[in-house]
Amino acid sequence: MSRQSNRTTDSKKMNSELFTLTYGALVTQLCKDYENDEEVNKQLDKMGYNIGVRLIEDFLARSSIGRCQDFRKTADVIAKVAFKMYLGITPSVTNWSPAGDEFSLILENNPLVDFVELPDNHSTLVYSNLLCGVLRGALEMVQMAVDVRFAQDTLRGDNVTEIRMKFIKRIEENLPAGDE
Amino acid sequence: MADEAPFQFLHNEVIQYIYKSAESGETENGRNIAKLENMGFRVGQGLIERLTKDSARFKDELDIMKFVCKDFWTCVFKKQIDNLRTNHQGIYVLQDNKFRLLSQLSAGKQYLEHAPKYLAFTCGLVRGALSNLGVKSIVTAEVSIMPACKFQIMIQKM
Repeated sequence: MSRQSNRTTDSKKMNSELFTLTYGALVTQLCKDYENDEEVNKQLDKMGYNIGVRLIEDFLARSSIGRCQDFRKTADVIAKVAFKMYLGITPSVTNWSPAGDEFSLILENNPLVDFVELPDNHSTLVYSNLLCGVLRGALEMVQMAVDVRFAQDTLRGDNVTEIRMKFIKRIEENLPAGDE
Repeated sequence: MADEAPFQFLHNEVIQYIYKSAESGETENGRNIAKLENMGFRVGQGLIERLTKDSARFKDELDIMKFVCKDFWTCVFKKQIDNLRTNHQGIYVLQDNKFRLLSQLSAGKQYLEHAPKYLAFTCGLVRGALSNLGVKSIVTAEVSIMPACKFQIMIQKM
């Protein structure tokens, strides 16, 4: 049984397909369990958050990135290191707000939506909302409160997928009382 | 490897989700296992289509099983099945001595009662893959010492 295909690219592709298909099965299950898209969106965000708070440790262990000095560095690390590492894509970082506290990640293609089409009765579903939760959860663990949402989505007819990230505030570490 | 991580994190979160709203009890547990298994089934069907779209037809049932043990397992879990046994009458036992989805759970007998949750999706995955290769089956899994586990496939004559 010798199929001389290129094993490494095959297995990388397969892994992302395994993830994509599993994600699809999850969204399908959520749509069955919840009456409306808003609930599904919320649930995806929550699940993403739970994943994010654990993923950050995995990320920090694998990359040797130190603490980011500012939000711009954070954006770069998210786009060039994290997205590349886990999803094999490198979104571009654009549309910085004048205050430097808000930016967009533009994804030319979104691996989560391979093979996916949104049916008409789910037009308000934010299919990839898990990603927002992951980013939010991960950054919270490194003391950053952020707001993350989809500004554009190829599934809903836009040309690209755009994730908008806004820095809210730095989270102070709470030391237990009496720990001076 | 980093590209395995998203699936593992997602898989664990799916299990948490399926179980969180349920009260504990035999019937609930059974329903949850079935939900996970069904999710795995659909994914397995899709995955096997992608994996075999350019391959030649399989010679026989054993050929299919060997494919599952080698190529399919490698694609999904980055390793092959360690041992395949069969009674040549439709029952196959696939042994994985270091099952990827269990190795984070424990090494040994701790949390043994939770192991089935982590195996249900994969049972469905295998059943779905076989189904789209024209083989109807029932797939179950058994664990005694993690992270080793055995998947038992019973071929159903159509």
